[in-house]
Amino acid sequence: MARLPESQGKRILAAAGIAVPRGEVARTPAEAQAAAERLGGAAVVKGQAWTTSRAGQGLIRFVSTPAEAEAAATAILGLSVRNFPVTEVLVEERLAIASEHYAGIILDDRRGCPVALVSSRGGSGIEEIARAHPESVAELPFDVVEGLADHAARELWRRVGVRGQAQQRLAAAVVRLAEVARRVEARAAEVNPLVVTPEGMVVALDCRITVDDAAVFRHAELGIDVARELDHPPTRLERIAWEVERDDYRGTFYFLQMREQFARGDRVVAFHGAGGGGSMMAMDALQRQGFSVANFCDTSGNPPASKVYRAARILLSQPGVDAYFGSGSGVASQEQFHSARGLVKAFLEEPLAVPAVVRLGGNGEEKAIEILQGCAAELGVPVECYGKDTPVDACAARLAELLAGFGPSPVRARPPRPAPARPYTFKSPTGEITYDHAVCASCASKACVAACVPQILELSGDGLPVLKVTAEEAARGRCTECLACEVDCRAHGGGGGRVELPIAGLDDYRRSRGME
Amino acid sequence: MAILVDETTRVLVQGITGREGRARAALMREYGTRLIAGCTPGRGGATVDGVPVYDTVAEAVEAHGGFDASVVYVPAPLVKDAALESIAAGVRLTVLVGDRVPVWDVMAIARAARAAGVDFLGPNTLGVLSVGKGVLGMIGGRAESARAWFKPGTMGVASRSGGMTSSTGYYLSRAGVGLSTLVHVGGDSIIGLPMPEVVTRFQADPGTEAIALFGEIGGSQEERVAELLASGAVTKPVVAYIGGRAATSGVRFSHAGAIVEGGRGTHEGKVAALRAAGAVVVDTFDELPAAAAELVRS
Ligand code: SF4
Ligand code: SF4
Repeated sequence: MARLPESQGKRILAAAGIAVPRGEVARTPAEAQAAAERLGGAAVVKGQAWTTSRAGQGLIRFVSTPAEAEAAATAILGLSVRNFPVTEVLVEERLAIASEHYAGIILDDRRGCPVALVSSRGGSGIEEIARAHPESVAELPFDVVEGLADHAARELWRRVGVRGQAQQRLAAAVVRLAEVARRVEARAAEVNPLVVTPEGMVVALDCRITVDDAAVFRHAELGIDVARELDHPPTRLERIAWEVERDDYRGTFYFLQMREQFARGDRVVAFHGAGGGGSMMAMDALQRQGFSVANFCDTSGNPPASKVYRAARILLSQPGVDAYFGSGSGVASQEQFHSARGLVKAFLEEPLAVPAVVRLGGNGEEKAIEILQGCAAELGVPVECYGKDTPVDACAARLAELLAGFGPSPVRARPPRPAPARPYTFKSPTGEITYDHAVCASCASKACVAACVPQILELSGDGLPVLKVTAEEAARGRCTECLACEVDCRAHGGGGGRVELPIAGLDDYRRSRGME
Repeated sequence: MAILVDETTRVLVQGITGREGRARAALMREYGTRLIAGCTPGRGGATVDGVPVYDTVAEAVEAHGGFDASVVYVPAPLVKDAALESIAAGVRLTVLVGDRVPVWDVMAIARAARAAGVDFLGPNTLGVLSVGKGVLGMIGGRAESARAWFKPGTMGVASRSGGMTSSTGYYLSRAGVGLSTLVHVGGDSIIGLPMPEVVTRFQADPGTEAIALFGEIGGSQEERVAELLASGAVTKPVVAYIGGRAATSGVRFSHAGAIVEGGRGTHEGKVAALRAAGAVVVDTFDELPAAAAELVRS
C-alpha cells in the first residue's frame, strides 16, 4: 500500500474542500527558516517520517521565530526513524485550537465495504483512544457506490457527543474525506487530529492516506513511484526491484528489505519465497534455525523464468548475506522448472559464493531439481535442491549444516563473455536473445530447439537455430523468456545461446556497495 | 458430496481465448469439470478446443441456459466488468482468479453480488477443487497432478494461501486423510467467500466430516470461524495451522483497521480464539497431517 507524504495528502484534502494549515516542505535548515519567515515567524516544524507518535520522538517542534525554525529543522533532519534518516520537514503555520478530533475512512474486510470512523477525541493514536475512551468512538459502514450521506455523517458525530455548528462542519469534513478515499482508491485515509479553531473552522492538522497498490496504475496524478507497502521510504534496491515488476504483469515479484546493516557471519539469509503462505512458513523455519532474513521476496503466480532470474540477482546483491534460501509452498501448481532455470542463470552469473538450499516442490519438480543440480558442480559452493516430500524445516536445518561446514567464500571473477562471432539476435519481451551461429554450427545436440518451452525455434536449412515465428511475435510474447535456450544450451549444447536481461540500476547499485 | 463444484456444475470460462484462460480451461475439462462455454468480447463464434465462445455472458446463457459457475481469466483492470457481467447474468458462483484487482472494484463486485443473491470466490484465488468431481480455477496445475496429489475422502480444506491449499491437500492425502473439497478463499483482504462462509458450507455438506484450515495473520477470518464454533453453528471438528508467527513485515494493518476488527488479526489472538472454541491448532505445519489423521480417527 503506497503511502502518500503528509504534504501531498494535505494538498488533496484542500482540493476537496477540507481546510489545512498553510505550509511548505523544506529539505535543509535554511529552507525551513525561509519558510517560517513567509509564514510570519511562528510555525510548527514536522519531520516527515512514516511513524506514529511523532511528537514523542522529537519529530514535531513548535517555534516562535525563523531562527528557531532553522534550529528545529537542524535537529530533526539529524534524526533517523527505524534506521532510515529523516530527509524532509514540513513547516506549517501555528493555529489556535479549540478542540481536537479524529476522522478516518478504512475498509472493513468483514462487511466488504468502506467504514467511516470518528472520535470526539484526537491527537493521540486512535487505538489508544478507543481503548481508554470507547464511548468517544463511533463507526459506520457506507455504500461503496452511494458514498457517505450527510445525515449519516452528522449522526456519527452526534453519537460521540459533538453538537451544534461543530457537528455540521465536522460532518462535512468526513463526507469529503470519504469522497477523497474513493477518488484516490485509498485503503485508509485518516486525519488525526482534525481540529476546530476558536473561530469554528475545521482544519486537518495531519493526513495519512494509503493508496491501494493494485489501483496505482490508474492514478498517474498521484506520482507514486513504488506501489508497495513499506514501513520506510523505499530503498535503492527496492526501487530497482519495483522497476522490474511495474510493467511486467506475468506473475508477481514482491521485494522488501528487512535490514541493510549486517555482515558475513551474522547468519543473515537472502530469502526467496513463492506465495505468501509458503513464504511465511519458510521464514518461520529459518528463524527456528537461528537465521534471520535480509529481505522478504515472493515470486509467484506463474512468473516467467526471466522474472525469477531478476529477483535472484537482486536478492544476491545484498552484501553480507551468509546463504541463499528458496522455498515456496512445497506443492506448487506452477511448473517449477521455469524457476529452476531462472535461478541457474542468476547463480552462474553472480557467481554464487555462499551455500544455497532451494525447495522447488510441485509440478515439474523432478526436472527442476535436475536443472539446478546440473549447475551445482560448476559453482564450487554447496547448492542443494529438494522437492515436495522434504519439509521446509528439514531444508532450513540442511542450510544450517551446510553453513557450519563452509569456510570463507571463494572469490571468483564473473565468467568472461566472449563476443559472438556470428550473432543471430532477436528481442524478447524484456530483453534480447543471441545465438552465436559460429558456435551453433559445431553443436551436435541443438538442445535449444527441443527445450524451448513455447516451441518457437527451428533449425534453418544449414542446421542453425532460428525463429519460426516473426521477430515481432517473439518480442510481443511468443518468446516466454523460459531461458531454456541459454540454460539447457549451456548444459547440453555448445554454449552458443545467451539471453540478456537487463536490470536497470543494479550494476550501479552493486558498485556503490563494493560488490563489483 | 462436495461444496461449490461437483460433476454436475455447469461452467463458463470468461477470457477463454487468452493464454491462461485456454490453458486452465483444458485443465478443468481434463479433470472432469463440465465446461459448457466460453466468453470473450469480440470473439463470439470462435471455438477453443471445441468449446463454443460467445461475445457476452448473456448470449452464452441464451444459447445454453443458466450457468452454475463462471471462472474469470481476464487482466486485473478488466475483472470488475467481467464479474459484474457474470453476476448480472445470474451465474451462481463467479470465480475471480486474477491477482492485483483494485480493492474498490472488489467492493463494487461485492455489492452487486449481495444485491443479486449470488456468490463470488476470490479475487486472487487458485479456485476450488472437489476431489474426483471437478475444479474451478487452477488448483493442481495439471489434471494428472491433481489426480495424483488429492485423494477422495471427507476432510474439507479451506486456505488463505494459494500454494498452501495444494500443499495441505497433498500432505493430508499422503497421511491417509482423504478430501472432499479444497477451497482457496483468495489472498486479498476483501473477498467473496471468506473462511467462515466456506466453513459454514462444509458444515452443511453431508460429504464433509471434518475441516482443515490454513490461516494467516491479519484480518478477522479465523476469529469469525472461532465464533461459529463457539456458538454451535459449526459442530464438525476443525484442525488449523496459522502462518506468520515470525513475520515482522510484508503484512501490515492500519491502526484504525485494527479497531474495526476489534483487536483481531494477530497470530496469538487467532490461535487462542480457535483453541478456546474447541479447534485443534498445531504449532508447525508439519504437525498438521498427523493431527488431521487423529481427528478423523476419533
Ligand atoms: S544448443 Fe546452444 S550451441 Fe547448440 S544450437 Fe542451440 S544455441 Fe547453438
Ligand atoms: S527463445 Fe524459446 S527457449 Fe529462448 S527464452 Fe524464448 S521461449 Fe525460451
